[in-house]
Amino acid sequence: MLAIDQLRQPGAATHEAIEAFLRDHEFPIVEGRQVTFVFRGEASNVFLQHWIRALPQQQAFQRLPGTDLWFLTLQVPRNSRIEYKLGIEQGSAFGMHGHGQRVQLVRDALNPHQALDPFGANSVVHSEGYQVPDWTLPDPDARCGEVREHRLASRAFGDVRKVQVYLPARYRPSRRYGLLVVHDGEDFLRFAALQTVLDNLIHRLEIPPVVCALTTSPNRMVEYPNNEQHARFIVEDLLPVMEEQYSLVEDPGARGLVGSSFGAIASLSTAWRYPGVFGRLCLMSGSFLFTDIGDHEGGPAFDPVVEFMNAFRKAPGVPSRQLFLSCGVYEPMIYYNRSMVPLFQSTGMRVRFVEARDGHNWENWRDRLREGLSWLFPGPLWMVYE
Amino acid sequence: MQTSRSIVLLGPQRHQPIVREALAPLTEHSAPVAAITAGWEEREAEDLELGAHLSRPVENLQLFRRAEEVFQRDPELLRAVRAHHDDLRELQRFYRMRLRHSMPAASELLGTEGDGRLLDPEREAAFASLRALDEHHLGRVIELQQAFSAKWGLRDREHVARNREELGALLRGVGALCIAGGHVGVLFNRLWMFDVLALLPEQTPVVAWSAGAMALCERIVLFHDDPPEGQGGAELLGPGLGVCRGIVPLPHARQRLKLQDALRVQMLSRRCPDALCVALEAGDRVTWDGTAWHASASVQRLCVDGSLAALGGAA
Repeated sequence: MLAIDQLRQPGAATHEAIEAFLRDHEFPIVEGRQVTFVFRGEASNVFLQHWIRALPQQQAFQRLPGTDLWFLTLQVPRNSRIEYKLGIEQGSAFGMHGHGQRVQLVRDALNPHQALDPFGANSVVHSEGYQVPDWTLPDPDARCGEVREHRLASRAFGDVRKVQVYLPARYRPSRRYGLLVVHDGEDFLRFAALQTVLDNLIHRLEIPPVVCALTTSPNRMVEYPNNEQHARFIVEDLLPVMEEQYSLVEDPGARGLVGSSFGAIASLSTAWRYPGVFGRLCLMSGSFLFTDIGDHEGGPAFDPVVEFMNAFRKAPGVPSRQLFLSCGVYEPMIYYNRSMVPLFQSTGMRVRFVEARDGHNWENWRDRLREGLSWLFPGPLWMVYE
Repeated sequence: MQTSRSIVLLGPQRHQPIVREALAPLTEHSAPVAAITAGWEEREAEDLELGAHLSRPVENLQLFRRAEEVFQRDPELLRAVRAHHDDLRELQRFYRMRLRHSMPAASELLGTEGDGRLLDPEREAAFASLRALDEHHLGRVIELQQAFSAKWGLRDREHVARNREELGALLRGVGALCIAGGHVGVLFNRLWMFDVLALLPEQTPVVAWSAGAMALCERIVLFHDDPPEGQGGAELLGPGLGVCRGIVPLPHARQRLKLQDALRVQMLSRRCPDALCVALEAGDRVTWDGTAWHASASVQRLCVDGSLAALGGAA
């Protein structure tokens, strides 16, 4: 019997019992594979808004008869991480989103766990088995790196770009470092704990100390999908400046491009346009939309993506030597990512593909950083005992 | 044959240094000590914290810098060393290939249930096979090292010999030698290149920690139960300097090994049944007094039945 079922017994849902129920549980309630979401308040309808591919994205709650308590129980596979909001409708009780209704999407007030993204925050539920990886949390033993801010005059774009640079703890010019160029670097810092992750992975010797150039685009939807200017900016503007100002290994095997979603397209298309410059690619939830016949369903923003991916599929070349690819099984891009794996492998690149029970979001990308970076840039874990 | 000098092996020193405490019974309070920090590689000279902790004169032998200088002045040796290391890396790769297949068999046999009468000999055979593989690898590495030394007359080369003379002079005036941790391969290679311990007066004590402790033993065992890549476990790098016998130091064991998992503990301890597999954490100390090993109360050893036991007094 689930916890909510006790309240569903005849006469059980008294005011005191509901108060006790809310006081005695953490929400959502995870019981094995069953996850029960709860909302308390006046509404005409309540629903769960999520972004899981293949499930109706709005799942209706039930009202506990005679009360203001609403609930929904879903079966969720182990090790899942799901972001959601609650849809609260006020007004007509007939149907969803009908005339005269007010619908508010809100975070789950009973759930303290939130995931931040550039659009705000979502509530997040962890199913049985999922744990926030300890290497994503600040470790007092780990020496902290430093993030500096630069302004870079871009000949490719004809403007000045902000670039943040992560330097590992104890960076010293007499040593040479690998370079990671991270698309949407500021978002990786804010929403994927990139600085903490790098500090921890370096401290744990799982990756070597690396320098990261964290780029930010003022118009990523235009600049990321196979944009010649963007590729030129990365290779001809950014890379020479980084190599001039920092002590870097000037070898493709020590250079990587990192990106998620459209940032993955930007990374892949840059490597494709300049093969052999970046020997390592880390592409997370790549928006690899392509068509075999007819039109696509991605909307106008995806037109250049589809054009690029179709061209890439015809003539992939060898954009890099080693490619880490990851995607959430709950996101729409899973089909495209899975489809691309054999094609990537056919180019001769070493490819590693990882799936996670997660969606198209920053914490999914945060959680994949360890396996991605440590595979692309293995650290001296086996050899160093300080 | 076991050394007659006093040797102290310590756990990691970054957060809870006890080197000064370890040195106290071994040398005069004000006697200078020599330090080897070559495992820190290009940070070798950053030994201010160590000096402040020891509160006595410290002579850093700068083996890393010396080796770099030797290579600069003797490019023939540099080429030979690089080729030698390429061979060693290749050998390690082949050894890992074999381990990748042998270890899961032993692990599966340990994890399975069955009639001990039938199962135990199978388990023992699986570990015997692993031990044979380790011995084989050790033998191959020693073979390559001996061939390298014989071909290149390492210690007699002009720049190596000159550095050895300088090192010998420095070591004659110190009360003890401290060997810090870091990159165990780099550290061992420098110690081996200059054959530093042969230059150390016979009764001068040695205090070594983490990779320093590993390098002093008969064989260097690399270990990690939860690497981001691969199955984890332990592998031999090759022979150590052989000053400490019958002991396998495992610094940062709590962090690197699943010590609560009896199966994982057995996977390591049954590979080295004739040695003390010793977890060396911060604050831990194991002392060779010339006749036997002694340990501080906190030191634990990994037993062949998968348990942990206090190493305690004379071991």
